[in-house]
Amino acid sequence: MSSAHQVVKRAKYKTTVKDPGTPGVLKLTREKFVFKPNDPTSNNKLEADFRLIKNHKHTKEGSNKPPWLNLAHSQGSYIFEFESFSDLHICRELVGSALSKHVEPSKVVSDEQLSASEMTLRIKLLQEDSKLQKLHKELVASGKLTESEFWATKKKLLDQDESRKLKQRVGFKNSLIFDTKPTSDGRINQVKFQLTPEIKHQIFTLKPAVHKAFLSFVPSKMSEVDFWNKYFRAEYLHSTKNAIAAAAEAAEDEDLAVFLKDDEILENEAREKVRRVDPTLDMEADQGDDYTHLPNHGIFRDGSKETSEAQNTMYWRTLLQDLNRQSEVVLEGKTIDKDMEPPRTVAEVLARRKRRFDGVIEEERLIRISKMAPIEDLQAQDDNAFAPLCIKDPRDYFDFQQENAVKSLDDSLAAKLKSRSNLGYEEAYGSLRESISNIITMGLRDPLLSSDVAFKVLTGLTKNISSTKSNLGKSSQESALDILPNTTKEKLLDHWVCSQELLKHFWSSYPVTTQSLANKARRLKDAISQIYAKLEEIKVSSQSDLRHQVSLVVHPMQQALDAALLHYEADLGKRNAKGSKPNGYV
Amino acid sequence: MKFTIEEVTVYFPYDNIYPEQYAYMIELKRTLDAKGHCLLEMPTGTGKTIALLSLITSYTLSKPQSPLKLIYCTRTVHEMEKTLAELRLLHDYMVKSIGPAAKMLALGLSSRKNLCINNRVLAAENRDSVDAGCRKLTASWVRAVAAENPDVPSCEFFEQYERAGDAAVLPPGVYTLQDLRVFGKQKGWCPYFLARHMVQFANVVVYSYQYLLDPKVAAIISKEMQKESVVVFDEAHNIDNVCIEALSVSVRRQTIDGARRNINRMRQEIDKFKATDAGRLRAEYNRLVEGLALRGDLPAADGWLANPALPDDILKEAVPGNIRKAEHFVQVLRRLVQYLEGRLETENVEKDNPVSFVSSILNQAGIDQKTLKFCYDRLHSLMMTLEITDTDEFLHVQTICDFATLVGTYARGFSIIIEPFDERMPHIPDPVLQLCCHDASLAIRPVFERFQSVVITSGTLSPIDLYPRLLNFHPVVSRSFTMSLTRDCICPMVLTRGSDQLPVSTKFDMRSDPGVVRNYGRLLLDMASVVPDGIVCFFVSYSYMDGIVNSWNESGILRDIMQYKLVLIETQDVVETTLALDNYRRACDCGRGAIFFSVARGKVAEGIDFDRHYGRLVIMYGVPFQYTLSKILLARLEYLRETFQIKEGDFLTFDALRQAAQCVGRVIRSKADYGMMIFADKRYSRHDKRSKLPGWILSHLRDANLNLSTDMAVHIAREFLRKMAQPYDKTGGGSGRKTLLSQEDLEKIVFEGSMNDMF
Repeated sequence: MSSAHQVVKRAKYKTTVKDPGTPGVLKLTREKFVFKPNDPTSNNKLEADFRLIKNHKHTKEGSNKPPWLNLAHSQGSYIFEFESFSDLHICRELVGSALSKHVEPSKVVSDEQLSASEMTLRIKLLQEDSKLQKLHKELVASGKLTESEFWATKKKLLDQDESRKLKQRVGFKNSLIFDTKPTSDGRINQVKFQLTPEIKHQIFTLKPAVHKAFLSFVPSKMSEVDFWNKYFRAEYLHSTKNAIAAAAEAAEDEDLAVFLKDDEILENEAREKVRRVDPTLDMEADQGDDYTHLPNHGIFRDGSKETSEAQNTMYWRTLLQDLNRQSEVVLEGKTIDKDMEPPRTVAEVLARRKRRFDGVIEEERLIRISKMAPIEDLQAQDDNAFAPLCIKDPRDYFDFQQENAVKSLDDSLAAKLKSRSNLGYEEAYGSLRESISNIITMGLRDPLLSSDVAFKVLTGLTKNISSTKSNLGKSSQESALDILPNTTKEKLLDHWVCSQELLKHFWSSYPVTTQSLANKARRLKDAISQIYAKLEEIKVSSQSDLRHQVSLVVHPMQQALDAALLHYEADLGKRNAKGSKPNGYV
Repeated sequence: MKFTIEEVTVYFPYDNIYPEQYAYMIELKRTLDAKGHCLLEMPTGTGKTIALLSLITSYTLSKPQSPLKLIYCTRTVHEMEKTLAELRLLHDYMVKSIGPAAKMLALGLSSRKNLCINNRVLAAENRDSVDAGCRKLTASWVRAVAAENPDVPSCEFFEQYERAGDAAVLPPGVYTLQDLRVFGKQKGWCPYFLARHMVQFANVVVYSYQYLLDPKVAAIISKEMQKESVVVFDEAHNIDNVCIEALSVSVRRQTIDGARRNINRMRQEIDKFKATDAGRLRAEYNRLVEGLALRGDLPAADGWLANPALPDDILKEAVPGNIRKAEHFVQVLRRLVQYLEGRLETENVEKDNPVSFVSSILNQAGIDQKTLKFCYDRLHSLMMTLEITDTDEFLHVQTICDFATLVGTYARGFSIIIEPFDERMPHIPDPVLQLCCHDASLAIRPVFERFQSVVITSGTLSPIDLYPRLLNFHPVVSRSFTMSLTRDCICPMVLTRGSDQLPVSTKFDMRSDPGVVRNYGRLLLDMASVVPDGIVCFFVSYSYMDGIVNSWNESGILRDIMQYKLVLIETQDVVETTLALDNYRRACDCGRGAIFFSVARGKVAEGIDFDRHYGRLVIMYGVPFQYTLSKILLARLEYLRETFQIKEGDFLTFDALRQAAQCVGRVIRSKADYGMMIFADKRYSRHDKRSKLPGWILSHLRDANLNLSTDMAVHIAREFLRKMAQPYDKTGGGSGRKTLLSQEDLEKIVFEGSMNDMF
């Protein structure tokens, strides 16, 4: 990387791609870039901070495009055309380092770091849903809500999309691919195999030797069809369990022998892997320590040890080995998800992967064994491991919790702490419970909504529904809104959605336990009162014949907003009034 | 926690202790006080190992004037690693609570294959080649040459170790094999020789059974162990089999051919030496006249597998005159091989006892019993003289000499069986001459005689009175502990019928019945859909497993099973089995779930734990009887009947059920763990079979679960798993009897002296 802190190059500044561009001088430093046009009268002067730049693109050398550097910011992009690619490269390097430097502060601003995919997902959601976009614009752009606050309540939308994308990759099927059953029409002495790319892929993973053979034989030595013919011929020989016949065939056809021989790659891999296994499983080490079983020592033929015939012949692979291999592969899982690519390329990818597979971790072995050593239940119980969840009767449980909450309501906090500390097993999860019951306490002490307000809202709502229905609703679909002119209706609907969103956020920020929540509540209160005012405006401005209908619609909305405002004031007053604040409250 | 047992302060690295661990420690402590041997059975999953380690180390600590060494024998290397890991836990705790005074040296010892760090040597395929590869670099004569000629390769680690001399010591601590290798690499010292040297100074040595039981190895590794040692045989339910294997030899065609080649090669070497360095051979002759005892003076690196059987007093005798001269000895060997080859060419099975066999050798080959007895040591001496380093090439002639020495030493407790072919494969001629030991006490007797206390312990030693008879010793303490359970965390079941209500069994006439095979498959399929995580299946033999898996594959049951879980299988290839086990564990860890097929009496059944989620269910398919038509087994049964008055049937059932219990016992590791055990064979419902199971299994085997069909078993499994998933009180406070004791509980017990009513 060049260590230059400042680069000055001649370049043309273009506002769009088609723009012929203003010639001038571009000066880049680590913090910002300044463009001064040659013509001092031109108003295309530019000075911008790298902090505002989201990303940068550039044209490739050798493409027919001139050397362009594209710096994208939130509203559009700055395009600079350089005189040569070498200039471009120098600038690009600096821009790259400058941008990477600015990643940190930009994160603080948005207080969460978004991966590119998440960002595109959000943008896509907004694009798909115009209402959501409107809401977003209304609330986030105007600063009523932050980006993250807005999306926090839309988690479901985000998740849904995630699940559509399938975060979990599909693994191999745990079925024996080894005996891919042939189909035969029964008349002629011929069988057919169906091979899907997936099966091929699995065969390659199961048998690296076949894979290697495939890479080296196809298409230089034989066609793919021939290759698979040979392969299944070999499989057939295996299935006959006739090691002698297999050996004979292999002797004749050296290509076939590849499939019949033991897989060398696997053997080497096994040797590699066995060094990494948990020492408490390492039976190979036992063998190395076993002096009784020197060849011909110990008891040779007492029936417990079995001499399996032809065990060591080369052309003998057992079902048991296949099963082990199968499970191993399934456990390792697919390593690439584009498994439907043509096998040739998949094969190459696999071959590359094999080489990367490395790295012996003795440490891990040791950690594993030291973890295994202690006996769990003899150890002292962890202090805040978990609460024994033992709900026999839900009602009992509820009452018990209620009682706790009420009790702590009465006690002073300090006394409560003391009494808790000698409550036996409750200690185990003391801190967790403490905070839970605190919340419960506060919830009861400061009811979210005073009951009479809630009652009023509810009755108001139900009354309205019934009254409008009886007055106007000949058909059930028809509502008060339908009578209103379209513009008013839309405006009202927008406000409705907006106020709903705001209220949701507002109520969710109670009880106020942190400074940021307090800030949020204040912000939301302001937004709510704005909407309130707007609603009032609509009510007033609407035509007189419709005013009743409008107020019918607006009234419950205003009531809900009123309740929120009231609560805010009450809460604020309470918080300011109280001298000592309960734990966790700001 | 810290508590006292009769004036001994015991340090225990946990905050709680099971009551049976406490009782176990008390018995152990009394054994150590009495300086005698003991036999203790305690169910798996009650922390035997840590109880043993913690009591014995604490005991040693409390008696600084007479330090006890702990020799802890495990069956396998991975058990060794596990033990050392627990010991490290204990050691850390003791150092933390007492300070540096508690420091001790504990190390594991294994073969060169597992300890060598020289890459050139390690590249060799098997253990014997590694041994030989090491000797090629470290034998005294090779090093002498290498010192003069830099082109002769030597092992830099061994050279540096030798150069360090007395400074080459291990600082106190607990060393697993891996730690030894790391330490060796760090210092540039050979870990194998360092470990072997440090064994005499270590407070705790952990190694394999064979290092004590197999006389060939024991004489080298364990000869310097002091009498004031406690020897522990953990998981010792198979100890009798290890003992008899250690003293058994078989000779096959390959052995004869190989031995011939070895003898020819020695002959050539002798001729060469005669021409160049006749003095060496003469020196050897003189040494032999003085007796074999001088063997002890050989440099450590030349150490070789020692005489398999010679009692110490014989070593002081001089080698018989007729084999003192190298060429005479080679002649004797030639005649012996000739004779054995003749015996192998038989049409029928022959059975012989050592006495008549020896007299027949004398008649036909002219070799007397005393000469035979010295064969092994004479060969050893000759190979040293001839400076043979590629000992792995000479295994065959070693086998012959081993055979000769054993047959010349023991007049009883052995038999010689010659079979022209394997009974199960009569079409393949494979003659074998087997010298098999029937008396387990022969191999273990030196251990009992030499060491102050020997502890034999396992989860399954039932019936506990049989072991003292088999091993011929008198324990001062012999006790079987029950398990105090907080909840019924094991659920044994006897499955006698399949889903179609037809009986299932692996009895010879039923095992290949397609109905039985299908029923067994359905059982596994149904269980796989109910049981989470790991399932382990044990079959009676490899061939049975192979057959049944193949037929499940053909009938499609296997495919259905694989829909639920991955299938992994033990094969006869250790590397593959190790990897399969590793994959099995990973599949259980990641929640995929897996089934492991294994073989009773196989390597997996012997030493791998399937605790916690690694095994929620074990299915024992059939009763793992030994192959009853085996001539060796018949001979052993006959010997047992004549010598110990043990009935054949009783012994066979005892042996089969200890294997079965061993297989199913691997699911439980602690009381927080839980697991089911299915004995899938109708024969288990019979009282005479079932009653041989260890008490801790029997006590949980409810009468209602004695005669189940598949559907009922599945139902019980569902209920059981649901119950086990509930939280529970670990201390067992609710049920009246405490199953987990804290320090205060213990102090109270000691104070009240009421330990007796705990059990």
